[in-house]
Amino acid sequence: MTLHQPSHHESAHGHVSGAARYVDDLPRPPGLLVGLPVGSPIACGRLLAVGRAAALALPGVHAVLLASDIPGHNRIGPIVHDEPLLADGPLHAVGQLVALVVGESLAVCRAAAQKLEISVEEAPPILSIADAIAASSYLGTPHRMRRGDVEAALASAALRLDGELRSGGQDHFYLETQAALAIPGEDGSLEIQSSTQHPSEIQSAAAEILACDRSRIVVQVPRMGGGFGGKESQATHFAVLAALAARALARPVKVWLNRDQDMQMTGKRHPFWSRYRAGFTADGRITALEVFIFADGGWSIDLTPAILDRALFHLDNSYYIPNLAFEGRAVRTNTASNTAFRGFGGPQGMLVIEDAMSRAAERLGIDPAELRRRNYYGPDAEGAAAVILPEGPLEPAVLPLLRQRRLTPYYQDIDDCRLPRIHAELLRDADYAARRAEIDAFNARSPLVKRGLGFMPIKFGISFTNSVLNQAGALVLVYTDGSVQLNHGGTEMGQGLHSKMLAICAHELGVREPQIRVMPTATDKVPNTSATAASSGSDLNGAAVQLACAEIRERLRPLAAELIGASDPARVCFAEGRVFEPGGRETSFAELTRAAWARRIALSATGYYATPGIVYDREAGRGKPFHYFAYGAALTEVEVSGLTGEHRVLRVDILHDVGHSLLPSIDRGQIEGGYIQGLGWLTSEELVWDRRGQLLTHGPSTYKIPAVGDAPEDFRVALLTSAAQDSVVHGSKAVGEPPLMLAISVIAALRHAIAGFGASGLTSGLASGLASGLEPHLAIPCTPEAILRGIEDMRTRARAQIISAAE
Amino acid sequence: MPQTLRFHLNDRLIEDERAQPTTTLLAYLREQLHLTGTKEGCAEGDCGACSVVVLDAEAAGGPTYRAINACLVLLPMVQGRRVYTVEGLRQDGALHPVQEAMVRELGSQCGYCTPGVVMSLFEACYRRDLREPWQLDDQLCGNLCRCTGYRPIRDAARSVAASCPQDSFHARLAAPADSIAFTRESAGRIYATPTSFTELWSHLAAHPQARLICGGTDLSLLITKRFQDLPELVSLEGLADLRGISRITDGFAGWRIGATTNLAELEAACLADLAAYTPLLRMLRYFASRQIKNRATVGGNLCNASPIGDLAPVLISLGAVAELRSAAGSRRVALDEFFLAYRKTALQAGEILAAIELPELPANARVAAYKVSKRRELDISTVAAGCYVELDAADRVAQIRLAYGGMAATPARARNLEAALLGRSWSLAQVEAALPALAHDFRPLDDLRGSAWYRGLLAENLIRGFVLETQHEARPNLSQRPSATVHLEVVP
Repeated sequence: MTLHQPSHHESAHGHVSGAARYVDDLPRPPGLLVGLPVGSPIACGRLLAVGRAAALALPGVHAVLLASDIPGHNRIGPIVHDEPLLADGPLHAVGQLVALVVGESLAVCRAAAQKLEISVEEAPPILSIADAIAASSYLGTPHRMRRGDVEAALASAALRLDGELRSGGQDHFYLETQAALAIPGEDGSLEIQSSTQHPSEIQSAAAEILACDRSRIVVQVPRMGGGFGGKESQATHFAVLAALAARALARPVKVWLNRDQDMQMTGKRHPFWSRYRAGFTADGRITALEVFIFADGGWSIDLTPAILDRALFHLDNSYYIPNLAFEGRAVRTNTASNTAFRGFGGPQGMLVIEDAMSRAAERLGIDPAELRRRNYYGPDAEGAAAVILPEGPLEPAVLPLLRQRRLTPYYQDIDDCRLPRIHAELLRDADYAARRAEIDAFNARSPLVKRGLGFMPIKFGISFTNSVLNQAGALVLVYTDGSVQLNHGGTEMGQGLHSKMLAICAHELGVREPQIRVMPTATDKVPNTSATAASSGSDLNGAAVQLACAEIRERLRPLAAELIGASDPARVCFAEGRVFEPGGRETSFAELTRAAWARRIALSATGYYATPGIVYDREAGRGKPFHYFAYGAALTEVEVSGLTGEHRVLRVDILHDVGHSLLPSIDRGQIEGGYIQGLGWLTSEELVWDRRGQLLTHGPSTYKIPAVGDAPEDFRVALLTSAAQDSVVHGSKAVGEPPLMLAISVIAALRHAIAGFGASGLTSGLASGLASGLEPHLAIPCTPEAILRGIEDMRTRARAQIISAAE
Repeated sequence: MPQTLRFHLNDRLIEDERAQPTTTLLAYLREQLHLTGTKEGCAEGDCGACSVVVLDAEAAGGPTYRAINACLVLLPMVQGRRVYTVEGLRQDGALHPVQEAMVRELGSQCGYCTPGVVMSLFEACYRRDLREPWQLDDQLCGNLCRCTGYRPIRDAARSVAASCPQDSFHARLAAPADSIAFTRESAGRIYATPTSFTELWSHLAAHPQARLICGGTDLSLLITKRFQDLPELVSLEGLADLRGISRITDGFAGWRIGATTNLAELEAACLADLAAYTPLLRMLRYFASRQIKNRATVGGNLCNASPIGDLAPVLISLGAVAELRSAAGSRRVALDEFFLAYRKTALQAGEILAAIELPELPANARVAAYKVSKRRELDISTVAAGCYVELDAADRVAQIRLAYGGMAATPARARNLEAALLGRSWSLAQVEAALPALAHDFRPLDDLRGSAWYRGLLAENLIRGFVLETQHEARPNLSQRPSATVHLEVVP
């Protein structure tokens, strides 16, 4: 595993041989009991009583734990502690945790759960954003950003668009469901094995629920079978339940959810509803954008405020907007509490402006890629004279940046917009112009099957928007045989973080990969960690690992120089397990560590990193929330059936900016996987609830994530070259979330295809006149039904237009 | 009668006298044998994380490995068989070529789906019938991966598919097969896999409440999803006479498909002996997953009488006849009269579906089959249709059968539309004129798979597609990677 070189995944051998262990695979400790969480049967109302005598009477049942059994404070939550771990009165969602049945087997627990007498008082639930707004059911405070004068700019716009957009939720569908195992130790201590992105939060929540010091609790993460944000805050509940039961019964307790429970009890990507007004010049430059966005937070706050913030931060996507007014609010509904999901509000924000861009291109008759290009941040290709400044008084301090179109809606300076280069390279390499012409020609002769080509750029801000979270630690232990244990605060969920940390460690210490063992993430090795989230895992932990390793290497350097007789310690090289002076003598890293021990030189070190210079004032809507931005662009080609609404993605071209990639093969995997996950959100993944708030799609038979045939056969991914990023570890960039949003290009592609149906009816009995300037209407997710609706709608309006033109 | 459960796991003999017959193979592997490489991702056969491989010694084309969903396999279903899990593929410590390919191509990220993918690839590695590119997607569509986006898994699959290394696994294919007979009977409970009809009829007489089972891909869901006890199960797997596809010469010309023929075998036959029945292959292309097809049977798909069972519409349209058998003898029922009501068939107590008879296709027949679902692969139909029309010398409709799934409580023919088309010439204009009759055939439902509006329009559009597809070709096939179930490369 060499830095910047293609490499396999650090756990690949374990994965393919079944040896890689996840929480539910760990050897069962003696006396293990299992806990089955029982959820609320209603979406809204009150819990009156839980009769547990009949359940407890069943052989093999050890306990039924309720809120009253919690010794500490029955409140958890990652930002605000607003959630009871177990319901203590109000019921807010079907599946909200009410009890934990603990017994000798899951079968026994299930039988006992049937015998629980849960009495409730039911109230009408709020199940949609519209209902929540009508009922003034909000979570948190609004977030606003403003610049210039939207009304004035709209009044003088050549094209004015009014829009409304809905995007749906998305289940994480990590293949490994939520799981935790708690093992009581002596002196009130507790070890928790959890499939979580955030072990420190489980440690603090368990301490509060159990009323003990955090030092008594150790949380360890073997690895996760996928996370995607779904285990950032919501693994906590199940781990803490296991801890509660282990403490109550003084026995090890495992809590594992089956797929149906997992989908019913845990939160999803936030559904959003947005209204907007946009103004454009006749040549397609955006002059004004007003947006109201509403996020469906579900029943509790969880991470919703931060997700709403990120949605607002990405309403501009890649484009300079002179006049703007953004307002975001989160609503409370009676569904599972929605939570982090790859992109974290960013995708929902970008959808809005991409909708406006697509529509503007359709209405103005400008190529949609070209229209987007004209709006990128950075100096206008037409020269300074073409720059549109905000209406009204201008702040002298930022005027130079406005003139260069470098200011985001939150006044962060975009000083390195890489999109013009990415745009040019991608469109050239993917043969955009020729293919667009080819497709239009194909569509003109094919009445029932149409193709579409959709382009989109992305700019995604990297950092936790809550600035204090941007810190990380590492602990490196070197043994006297030259082997190394590497601990860092990040968790491995498949994204390849451990592989990257391994490569950084090997590079810094100059040892070979097999000499290093990446340890399971544990709160007794690196304390007070942030969640592995916000795409920041390698940036933050990588820097900490680099610092810890460098500390040890520099301690060893003078001794190394002495051992090999180097004239100058600065000339000593550490590489591949060898320690040498070029052209001189050498020793091994193992020899050096033995000598260091004998000289009483410390062979362990911590590393600590905090991202410099980030700050954000939410009240003012201004600051520098991001350390830098990741850029990319995608081109998606689809084929659509006018008879069934089915579609297939034929080809995808992506050019993505990961800086100087730490491990290019790992980054490629993140880009491809992120794209397909976004594709699922936008096309086949549809969550359906009944009128009482019961989720109907709670397994893969009804909830359809992409399968192998949904991935394009022709999938071309390239990393932007010569792209090293300043002040990030080894010039790299974050990659976890940004590529998901590249999938929004499929909407542009589908719109292009659907627009094609405006030109020819099913029965071909119509005049051959081409309908023009018609925007497709397409609901998200773009299921076959949604697409066929869009096609039928387009055919109807095109017919009307052609007929009225004929008259 | 063997009472002991006995099978080979990774070439080690497992014998167990106490295991409950309704225990799933997955639970047994993880909880009893502590082999945790095989994962539970959904317990409904839809994610593939539990895939293991079983050596099918009685397969039509000779012994073969089959990937199956361990979550839906009950222990007696592996009686006398050889089962392999992800832990059993290393040989002398070295990774198997399919494992190496997954490492090399970065086919794993979080690794949780990986053991299942590896076992699917293991089957692909030794398959002798993997020729078409679509078969590779079909091989993998039962393995959901949430991390990779599949490109690297596809690349791994391409590099190993049908490579048939001459290794010990290859040699094992020729190993003599053990008997799969099994009977475990106690007060009020039975699991039996009889090997003769005499035994079968006596079990059914003694246990009139017993459920018949074979592949178990549907019935096992009662155990894994609804946590029901199934105390009385009689399996048809041991009756060799019920399995296989043969030509019929007496009575009428056509083919006999044994009821316990699995869908993978049927699909293989559609590429050989049954190649004329193009609609069957079209339907099987997007029918469950390879793992399910390796266990699910023709008879099971028909007898569970779901309104969205995908074989029924196509078989009805092809004029299939069901052969029903009981201790008293056998009788024949046209398949379109087999489905009486929601999940109710013409089968009497003590009677089984023995086979389906397919009449020879006349030269003047035009045929196709369609299925629309939210996701193309491994999904349940929103609407499915089997379409059959015979044209006379003047290209007028002489005979027509249009059968739908997903439109009513049972798979059903669109009799009004058929009547409206009979005698008309076979053209889009004539179909358009007749289509209003379809409104009298069905009153489609609104549910999570589609609205009534969508189902109604699909039902019409599939017939439009049928007439367009069959204008110039009698038995159109699907292309390798079609973008829709109606396949129109040619501009009408």
